[in-house]
Amino acid sequence: MYRYDEFDQQLVNERVAQFRDQVTRRLAGELSEDEFKMSRLMNGVYLQLHSYMLRIAIPYGTLSSRQVHKLADITRKYDKGYGHFTTRQNLQLNWPALKDIPDLLAELASVEMHCIQTSGNCIRNTTSDHHAGAAPDELEDPRVICEVIRQWSTFHPEFSFLPRKFKIAVSATEHDRAAIRVHDIGIQIVKNAAGEIGYEVWAGGGLGRTPIIGKKVGDFVPREDLLAFLESVLRVYNMFGRRDNLYKSRIKILVHEVGADEIRRQVAAEFKEVKARGTLQLPEEEVARIRKYFAPPEFETLSDDVPEINAAAAKDKGFADWLKSNISAHKQPGYTIVNISLKPVGLTPGDCSADQMDVVADIAEKYAFSEIRVAHEQNLCLAHVRRKDLYEVYTALKAADLGTPNIGLITDQIACPGLDYCNLANARSIAIAQRLSERFQDIEFQQKIGRLHLNTSGCINACGHHHVGHIGILGVDKKGVEYYQVTLGGAADETAAIGDIVGPAFTEGEIVDAIDTIVKIYLDLRQGDEIFIDTYRRVGVQPFKDKLYAAH
Amino acid sequence: MAQHSRKGAQFQAVTANRLLDGIVVYLTKNDDWSESLQDAEVAEGKEAADALLARGALFFEPKNLVIDVYLFEVEQTDAGIRASSVREIIRQAGPTVRKDLGKQAELDGVHA
Repeated sequence: MYRYDEFDQQLVNERVAQFRDQVTRRLAGELSEDEFKMSRLMNGVYLQLHSYMLRIAIPYGTLSSRQVHKLADITRKYDKGYGHFTTRQNLQLNWPALKDIPDLLAELASVEMHCIQTSGNCIRNTTSDHHAGAAPDELEDPRVICEVIRQWSTFHPEFSFLPRKFKIAVSATEHDRAAIRVHDIGIQIVKNAAGEIGYEVWAGGGLGRTPIIGKKVGDFVPREDLLAFLESVLRVYNMFGRRDNLYKSRIKILVHEVGADEIRRQVAAEFKEVKARGTLQLPEEEVARIRKYFAPPEFETLSDDVPEINAAAAKDKGFADWLKSNISAHKQPGYTIVNISLKPVGLTPGDCSADQMDVVADIAEKYAFSEIRVAHEQNLCLAHVRRKDLYEVYTALKAADLGTPNIGLITDQIACPGLDYCNLANARSIAIAQRLSERFQDIEFQQKIGRLHLNTSGCINACGHHHVGHIGILGVDKKGVEYYQVTLGGAADETAAIGDIVGPAFTEGEIVDAIDTIVKIYLDLRQGDEIFIDTYRRVGVQPFKDKLYAAH
Repeated sequence: MAQHSRKGAQFQAVTANRLLDGIVVYLTKNDDWSESLQDAEVAEGKEAADALLARGALFFEPKNLVIDVYLFEVEQTDAGIRASSVREIIRQAGPTVRKDLGKQAELDGVHA
């Protein structure tokens, strides 16, 4: 894992001191809310429905056991004993008091964490594949370049007041687990014919009010030029992105309005200038220095063949179910990736109690090199676990209600905080996700349905990624009453697609039955081993439309 | 200022979040801020509502006690004052989830 150097630590400590002073002045009335709001947002402090909300940055979703223990302590001490993992791989606290936040930030700084650039019109936390460093087909650990981007983008003076927020994601495998095509910039690590590593750069993707799939703006950017190239894209956006209309201010609108070819031309022109100046060339020795922090742990020489696992699975059906969905292949023989579901039946997707955080941190310490990942699907992950330890890991997770065997299944839902917490929301999403997980709780039925991504957002801002759910649900407000619009056929991976609206919205009372009907239609229509998205792509929206609205 | 009421609303109350901790509060008859909606002063008609909001706004600036002060529609029922929108019911009684803690655990019968 990356460790702060003296500059990193100094920056973070200074920021805590600055914010402490700003909070003191605000509470004393020396700063107005208007004057203070920008500072509070730049430190990740929002005002939500019930309280302030603090968004804690988790760079590329990687945490140490020590950090997770500290997060558990903080949620107990300053909040209500739980936190909410988000689709930016961050952690949100729902109930901190403004007066306590400086102390909270000081505690975070003690474990090399902060809330900087988790809000505001700047470059946000760069996200990545939660299987980084472990996936068998990975070209290189994407977190190395994520860390380079973090250092370049933190407090970047030119990009602190962009037209709007800016999100970057990096993937190093062909199968995209980081949703790079729906980011402001998506980076796909690729290898050319000469075997050199480079970067395919996508720009102008995004969800929200106007969902758009990104366009490729760089085919093969060499490693040493990546920052110069990113700087060029950001400069074009900073100059020409719209500041007159909040709804048109993201880079996706700029790319869409001027066209990908013109953006490529502008970026190329800017790149020529940036490169000529030569200040942003990425030195190989610096990359090598950072790469050392992400060096693989000392793996033992082991075999994948572990008969005792099969024996345990034969005796324990819960374990057998868990093995079917929560385990992913690892590049090192005898090791596996353990995906920990934060989607138990009837509870809040992404929520994790302080006690659960401690359990995960302890398990990671004992079985997974003290490293924990956050997945953008609002789950956790242990990237390197010996296969022979799987039953013990499962048993320990299950004892903490963390053994739900549903990764990738219909109840592994993404849901934003929605109207239960969020000041922007129009309708609840967690409550709907809970009811859906209760409806589909039968694990055998979930396995029969197969891989299906069901995502819910409580407003058009789409924090619940509904546009790219195989089934998406969008909550809307009609005269103070919640309604839910359904989209079908979205995907967030390398086959990224924006879902099609199936028809008129459903009431809160109807929505669960409507999803149930959609699943039944799919099961009737599917051929062979097709998963939902395959069937949908083959038959289109019409059969769903016909039966869904005939039934309601 | 946020708009969370309806143009023709008959009854309205004033709400805000406390500066210190962000907790939801309501303006009372005595110009206090209470965490209970049942303590809120209810204004009838537009003129009374505007006057109530003006009183509440003073606690934002210059008094510096609350932020995000606004009017919202309420109904007077046998069981007391009830917010009209789902949003304000949730602000009053906490999230409809995690019913094991917070206001949502304490306030019976607000969430259906």
